[in-house]
Amino acid sequence: MAINNLYNNTILNEHNLRPSHKGKLDNPTMILEGVNPTCGDDIFLELQIEDGVITDASFSGSGCAISQASTDMMLDLIIGEDKETALDFADKFMRMIRGEASEEDIDDLDEAGILRDISHMPARVKCAVLGWRTLREMMEKDTTEGYAHEDHDECAAGR
Amino acid sequence: MKENQFRKDFPIFAETGVTYLDSAATSQRPQVVIDAEREFNEKMNANPLRGLYGISIEATDAYENARETVKEFIGADSAREIIFTRNASESLNLVAYSYACSVLKPGDTVLTTIMEHHSNILPWRMAAERTGARVEYLEPEHDGTFTDAELQKKIVKGVKIVAVGHVSNVLGCINPVKKISDMAHAVGAVTVVDAAQSAPHMKVDVKELGADFLVFSGHKLMAPFGIGVLYGRRELLEEMPPFLRGGEMIEYVTHDTEKWAELPHKFEAGTVNATGAYGLDRAIKYLKNVGFDFIRETEDRLTSIIFEEAATLPYFHILGSDDPKNHNGIVSFTIDGVHPHDISSILDGDKICIRAGHHCAQPLLEYLGESSTARASLYLYNTEEDVRFFMDKVKNIRGIMGYGN
Repeated sequence: MAINNLYNNTILNEHNLRPSHKGKLDNPTMILEGVNPTCGDDIFLELQIEDGVITDASFSGSGCAISQASTDMMLDLIIGEDKETALDFADKFMRMIRGEASEEDIDDLDEAGILRDISHMPARVKCAVLGWRTLREMMEKDTTEGYAHEDHDECAAGR
Repeated sequence: MKENQFRKDFPIFAETGVTYLDSAATSQRPQVVIDAEREFNEKMNANPLRGLYGISIEATDAYENARETVKEFIGADSAREIIFTRNASESLNLVAYSYACSVLKPGDTVLTTIMEHHSNILPWRMAAERTGARVEYLEPEHDGTFTDAELQKKIVKGVKIVAVGHVSNVLGCINPVKKISDMAHAVGAVTVVDAAQSAPHMKVDVKELGADFLVFSGHKLMAPFGIGVLYGRRELLEEMPPFLRGGEMIEYVTHDTEKWAELPHKFEAGTVNATGAYGLDRAIKYLKNVGFDFIRETEDRLTSIIFEEAATLPYFHILGSDDPKNHNGIVSFTIDGVHPHDISSILDGDKICIRAGHHCAQPLLEYLGESSTARASLYLYNTEEDVRFFMDKVKNIRGIMGYGN
């Protein structure tokens, strides 16, 4: 799929223009900032966790359509799930982006499966995984605040 | 539409069909430069400056002739004042490590501007951290100009180095380098001019600018990657310690002493990029043949077309001056509701190449209140067809992103 077809995708555009989970929670249990220095993308992921279950979640910040839509679709999937299931979704998504996921995995990812062809667009992979990477870092490190930062310096390549 | 007689010299256009609007990142290369590298490799490849045989001497001559060409190009007094580096960033680092780290004292100031490329900020921060000096910034108005009050307030006694870009890689404006140099010299500072964005587009003369140091990259003016230039005033270079130590930068080395080679070789440790220098020589000669008048006329005319088309699009915003003539072929822009990365990806669908991101100038974007922008930048091979095609496709972007018209 060419990038233009991806952009013409109604699902992607809906999640970008009218995200369901954009905003802030009243009493988040966890907040983590995720940054893509190359794009200037910057999101804050907020989770409300009760008895190990993600009962509510939101994101804020700015980014391209792919990072915004990907994060919104991620929150659709993980709200109501426990941490293990959320991490399992993250693993499936990362596998899909690397081009290593099974059809079954991609089906499980529901709408987020529209991003499968990002695996052929290396420059946009960072955008697609920003929310997921931030989520995984939160879960794995059990971080309650901080910064998920990817080391990348585009300036080595030119101006 | 006006024909561009030079476009056919650049094979990439016929080969790929791209609409290339990213020359501020790197320029395309004409056939003569592509051929030059091949010619060097086929006819004179040997380690320059060392061998005592025919082709090594030819390689050395090719390399040193390139230095002479650069000297003439920027109006230096002597080819000894021309140091070859990898690129403008390396040139700035050389000055920071070798000059700034030697002369700065605690409490001294390095003054740069908020609109610089990171390459003209980070080396000074390093030097300041090592010496106890500090870095301060000249802040421009929103169109990129500096008020006299701002210059007078910050170019004061205690400032030892003033590092300023000749043309901004985001706003495209020309900075008043001569005026800044005069003020800097009056308070005893030296000036470092980043000409990476100007040297390909306009006459750059180190004397007219009052530059004590001046840097640029070859690859932005049609030369190969990996060859850059540092100009330094001879008295300054003579006093500076080497930046890198190694081969061919010494007179002699004994067990525990060494004597540095004469300029410029003191600063060119290790085997040099003679192929790149030979390509740069050809690129400068090609550039001179085209002429800065043609470049200026082409860039201004095409920038004006972008401005005219943009004026009909209420969601399209151009950063910097309202006058296309103050942009030097650089048009940074935003589209309401669409992230610059999405703009760039969508245009790529039509083989249009633009830059998106922070352009390695985050302090400027922060100062202007933007997190990232898209940028179209022009050079001598661009045509009216290029910019009309670009603006036609720009008009579709919001629709593709799901916004109604």
